[in-house]
Amino acid sequence: MSQVTKERNETEENAQGWRAIVADWSTDREVFRHTHWGKAMMWIFLLSDTFIFSSFLISYMTMRASATMAWPDTAEVFALTIGGQSIPLILIAIMTFVLISSSGTMALAVNYGYRRNRKVTAALMFATALLGAAFVGMQAFEWTKLIEEGVRPWSNPMGAPQFGASFFMITGFHGLHVTCGVIMLLIVATLVLRGHYDRAGDYSAVEIAGLYWHFVDLVWVFIFAFFYLW
Amino acid sequence: MATTIADDLTPMHHPRTWVGKYVWSQDHKVIAIQYSVTAIAIGLVALVLSVLMRLQLGFPGVFPWIQPENYLQYVSMHGMIMVVYLLTALLLGGFGNYMIPLMIGARDMVFPFVNMLSYWVYLLSVLVLVAGFFVPGGPTGAGWTLYPPQAISEGTPGSQWGIVTMLVSLAIFIVAFTMGGLNYVTTVLQARTRGMTLMRMPLTVWGIFIASIMGLLAFPALFVAAIMMLLDHVAGASFFMPSMMSMGQATDTLGGSPILFQHLFWFFGHPEVYIVALPAFGIVSDLISVHARKNIFGYRMMVWAIVIIGGLSFIVWAHHMYVSGMNPYFGFFFATSTLIIAIPTAIKVYNWLLTLWRGDIHLRVPMLFALAFLFTFIHGGLSGLFLGNVSVDVPLSDTFFVVGHFHMVMGVSPILVIFGAIYHWYPKIAGRMWNQALAQVHFWVTFLGVYAIYLPMHYLGVLGVPRRYYALGETSFIPESAHLANQAISIAAIVVFAAQFLFFYNMIWSLFRGPKAGPNPWGAASLEWQTPDTPPRHGNWGAKLPTVYRWAYDYSVPHAPRDFIPQDEPHPKDTAP
Repeated sequence: MSQVTKERNETEENAQGWRAIVADWSTDREVFRHTHWGKAMMWIFLLSDTFIFSSFLISYMTMRASATMAWPDTAEVFALTIGGQSIPLILIAIMTFVLISSSGTMALAVNYGYRRNRKVTAALMFATALLGAAFVGMQAFEWTKLIEEGVRPWSNPMGAPQFGASFFMITGFHGLHVTCGVIMLLIVATLVLRGHYDRAGDYSAVEIAGLYWHFVDLVWVFIFAFFYLW
Repeated sequence: MATTIADDLTPMHHPRTWVGKYVWSQDHKVIAIQYSVTAIAIGLVALVLSVLMRLQLGFPGVFPWIQPENYLQYVSMHGMIMVVYLLTALLLGGFGNYMIPLMIGARDMVFPFVNMLSYWVYLLSVLVLVAGFFVPGGPTGAGWTLYPPQAISEGTPGSQWGIVTMLVSLAIFIVAFTMGGLNYVTTVLQARTRGMTLMRMPLTVWGIFIASIMGLLAFPALFVAAIMMLLDHVAGASFFMPSMMSMGQATDTLGGSPILFQHLFWFFGHPEVYIVALPAFGIVSDLISVHARKNIFGYRMMVWAIVIIGGLSFIVWAHHMYVSGMNPYFGFFFATSTLIIAIPTAIKVYNWLLTLWRGDIHLRVPMLFALAFLFTFIHGGLSGLFLGNVSVDVPLSDTFFVVGHFHMVMGVSPILVIFGAIYHWYPKIAGRMWNQALAQVHFWVTFLGVYAIYLPMHYLGVLGVPRRYYALGETSFIPESAHLANQAISIAAIVVFAAQFLFFYNMIWSLFRGPKAGPNPWGAASLEWQTPDTPPRHGNWGAKLPTVYRWAYDYSVPHAPRDFIPQDEPHPKDTAP
């Protein structure tokens, strides 16, 4: 062994401070120890997807700031008349409640998955998918209502044309994510129920699906805050 | 998970049918070749377009079938194909796919099915792009930057259908890249073999790894921009469209922000420069080290420089927008951050030179291309210092100086590296050597040719000759010499174009008739040259994965029996019982 290589390896082993941190992170085989590669991949995908939603939301905010016509009052636009009384943002509040609840059932499903409880895991995942489908259903209702009131991508009776365009674009893109998530949950839940992961000895897929689901919820919180509450 | 991927002993499924092996293949090497062939094929289209542009610029009026709108379409398609569909796809989809598993000692990517899907979706994006040539009105002529409002306004060539196919194709490409990029990043993070620490990886892998991460974070902005412009065009939205007069009439768009598009585009566009450059930096480091028989100078510094350049490249994007009318204080910030990037880049250049210093330099063809890269990259980098300063950039903006600069730094430089890399790794990929004499001719014509093409462009730019003009015509500030220079550039371009056929001829000749290459013709230390078979089979490593004991740069080690020590050769103390 050459003197140079030997010294290099020894400095690596006795590294201190910043070098020690680097040495820990860069050890062989895996950066994230005992982590399924799929989980790492999902995290990286979600990071990438975060940039997509951030670009959408920042573009929306820029447009809202520079729009030449007044921005519609979201509390009025998204109000429903129930029992003769107009309640602002009621539908969105219910939708948000449903979606956040679905994160709860998903977290329970992951927990039961790690306990190898096949039936309860599958049941909780189907419940999550049902709540997700309910969310998409209510979104479809909201879209229909707005379209009936004359909101279009190019104009709307309430104010700036960018309002309708950003609404359809951002909620549409998020709704697409929820729909994909529902499909993924149904597939994974079916595999759970059939005992596929018991045979493979690995329930990571449930947690990976859960990661995606929680992300979609988290994004909704930002859309809710920036689009509906602002 | 109980075992790491490196310890996974589950037998691989080897496809038996021809279709399973070569068409719907999940083998990273086959996918890499599919990516490369497709990228080179579409790159040839862009090459032909560039010759057509040079014909028009060098000899205006001689070719009546090149109309102004055709010229603009050539410019736009040439730029977009070169940057996205050739360079990104070839460096990451091609070299990334082939090299990552072999260099880190993995059997394949972590998710081969999605890796396969990545290629087929990429092919779809290329087909949609090519469809743009055949739609009514032809492909878009908005310039490769696709700036609104002109990109989707009446009067711009291709504003009917060409822009739609372009935007749809970009969105599809980004989906394809995301599927591939997730694989490249996760494979490097989680699937290395025993002993392969991150700080023992060849710099090629480091470059591709960081570029893939950047792609995953930069392409989203382009994706969003493409979706929004599509909605503007197809659904009549006004994201990027202000109220304006078009063809003498007021449009019904209102209140959109064209500058928003520029920000989104360049938030992708500047990292994109480094997505193309970082793999080239990595590859060139390895070429220089192997062919100078010396360890790379300052390995850790090289790694950190790659990481820092990758990070900084996300906060410099608006240096493309000094003349866009944005707030002048932005210019101050972005000029500063832009010039700071010169520090890690200069570290890399010095380290390359110091690697060469007193090395045992073998002037074989891959090395010649690596050295040529140093020339073109330093030249392109220095003219970048001019353009990075706001006050110098403003008069030079939109002139041929810019064309000369970015072709030198991100067109020619990565392409020279790609040539070098193909000459270097082809013996491993195909198991055969090239005709060296032909390769030398190809090198010298290409290298001297690109200087003949791009150096005069700097001079034209300083004269104030604008870019993207169909013809200069009679203009008092443009002297006769500018027309002469344009003719000379065009002739050089045609010669360089013709020389590329030597390359393709040589590649095909070598595939069938080339002399057999041994497993390690260059005497390289990195892992991809230590495979049990050449070309490597499905699964790469036979029964047992290699174990790595050292970095990839043990060349000319004193007292060693050979002038290189492969990465999987144990240290004496490790083999002792």
